[in-house]
Amino acid sequence: MSVDPILTVHNLSAVFPDSNGGLRALDGVSFEVCPQEFVCVLGPSGSGKSTLLRILAGLLPPSSGKVTFHGGEHPGIGMVFQQANLMPWRTVSENLMLPLELAGAEIGASRQKAQEMMELVGLEGFGSYWPRDLSGGMAQRVAIARALIHDPDLLLLDEPFGSLDALTRERMWMELSRIWQARQKTVLMVTHSISEALFLADRVLVLSQRPGKVKMGLEVDLPRPRKDEMRYTAHFGVLARQLKEAIG
Amino acid sequence: MELMNIRSLTQSAKSGRNWLGLASLLTGLLAWWAIARYGGLPSFILPSPGQVWSRFLRALLDGSLFVHTGVTLVEILTGLLAGALAATVLGYLVAKSRALERVLSPYLVASQAVPLVAIAPLLVIWFGPGMFSKILICALIVFFPVLVNTVVGVRAVPTALHDLMRSLRATRGQILLKLEIPAALPVFLGGLRIGATLSVIGAVVGELVGADMGLGFLVNVGRGQYDTALVFVAVFTLILLALALYGIVAWAERKLLSWQEN
Repeated sequence: MSVDPILTVHNLSAVFPDSNGGLRALDGVSFEVCPQEFVCVLGPSGSGKSTLLRILAGLLPPSSGKVTFHGGEHPGIGMVFQQANLMPWRTVSENLMLPLELAGAEIGASRQKAQEMMELVGLEGFGSYWPRDLSGGMAQRVAIARALIHDPDLLLLDEPFGSLDALTRERMWMELSRIWQARQKTVLMVTHSISEALFLADRVLVLSQRPGKVKMGLEVDLPRPRKDEMRYTAHFGVLARQLKEAIG
Repeated sequence: MELMNIRSLTQSAKSGRNWLGLASLLTGLLAWWAIARYGGLPSFILPSPGQVWSRFLRALLDGSLFVHTGVTLVEILTGLLAGALAATVLGYLVAKSRALERVLSPYLVASQAVPLVAIAPLLVIWFGPGMFSKILICALIVFFPVLVNTVVGVRAVPTALHDLMRSLRATRGQILLKLEIPAALPVFLGGLRIGATLSVIGAVVGELVGADMGLGFLVNVGRGQYDTALVFVAVFTLILLALALYGIVAWAERKLLSWQEN
C-alpha cells in the first residue's frame, strides 16, 4: 500500500517467566497497519494473539522488539474484550461516558456523545438500563460504543464476539462492519474464526502455533459493503481455504 | 452468617407480613407479663413490663437515661469510625501488597485469637475508666471484620476491569475512585454491617469492666442496687441502639447498591 502506516510492529517477542526457562508466546512478530485499515489477527488458541493485543494496548511490556505508533507517543486506544466488561454499578450511558470522564471531558458534552453512540449501535432508549438487564449482544454493543466514544486512534478487539451465540455473532459482524464504515477507524481484531476474519477484514494476518509468528498476510479483496451472501461465494471459499491451510 | 439471617428475616418481614411479626412481639410481651404476674417471682428477679416501663419513664424524665445513652453512643460511633477507618486504609494496603500482607498477617491472626473480652480489663487499667478505653475496645472489635472484608472486596475487583482502566490510561487516583471503591463496596459494607453490631458489644464490654458513665455502667448500677427494672431499661436501650446502627448501614447498602439484583 502507498499510504504511510499508522502502526509498525517490529520483531516483537513476548516471554512469560515460568519454571523451565520461560514460555515464549510471541516470536519475532512484524507487521504494519495503515490508517483506517481493518486488520484481523487469526490464529489457533495459544498462538499468542491476545498477548499481541495486550502489548499494543500497553497492558503488557514486550520482552523485545518495538511497537511504533506514528502520530504520537500515546495513541488513544479503544479496546473491546472477550466479555463486555461493563461496570455493573454504572448504567449503560454512565458506562459509555467512562472514557470521556477519565479524560476529564465536560459532562454535558459527554452525555450528548453517549446519546450519539447509543444511536450508532442501535441502543437508543437504553441509557438508564443496568448492565444486568442487557442481553449478551446488547452488552457487547455497549462495549463497542464505549471503545469508540473518545474517538481513539486505534480500536483493538480481542475476540469480541466469542461469548455470543452464532446468530447474534453474525448479526454483530454486520453491525461492526457498518460502524467501522461510519467511523473510519483503524481496527486490529483478534479472532480464531476464519469467516469472521474474512467477513470483516481488509487484511488477515495468520499467527502460527506457539510461539506465535506471522505466517501469512492475506489481502481480502471482497467488495464493500460486505453482505451475508458473500460468505457463500466461490471466492470466499478460496480465501477461507488459503487461511485454513496457513493455520494448519 | 447469623447477621445475614437477621437481614433476610427483616427483609421478609417487610414483604407484607408485618402484622405477623408484630403479633409475635405482642405475644412475647404478654408471656413476659404473665410470668411476672403469676410466676411468683420477686420483681428484683423479673420485673413486669409495666415496672420496666415506669422505670424507663423515670430514667427518661430525670435525664439520666439520656446522658448515659449519649455517652455510650459517642463511644460506639467514635470507636466504629476510628476502627473502620483504620481497617479500611490498612485493608486496602494489604490487598495491594502481598509483602505487607506477609508482614502483618501473624499479628492479624493473633489479634483475632485474643478474646477481646479478656483483654478489656487490661485496656481499662491502662487507659482509665473514661471514654477512651471504651472507644479503643470498640475500635478493636470493629477492626477485623472491616479489614477482612476490605481485603476481600479489593482483591475481588475483576482484572478485566483493571485492564479496561489501564487501556484508557486511567491514573491511580481514577482507578481507586472509579473502579476499586465502587467494586469493593458491596463486600466492604457487609463488613461494616457486622462491625456496626459488634461496636455496641465493644462499648458495653468496656463499660461493664469499669466505667462511671454509659449504659453498661447503668446495667452495673441496676444489678448492684437490685434495681432490675433499670437493667432491663439499659438492655432495651442497647438493643435499640444496635438495631438503629444496623438499620443505618443496611439503608446505606440499599441506597448505594441499588444496581445489584435483589
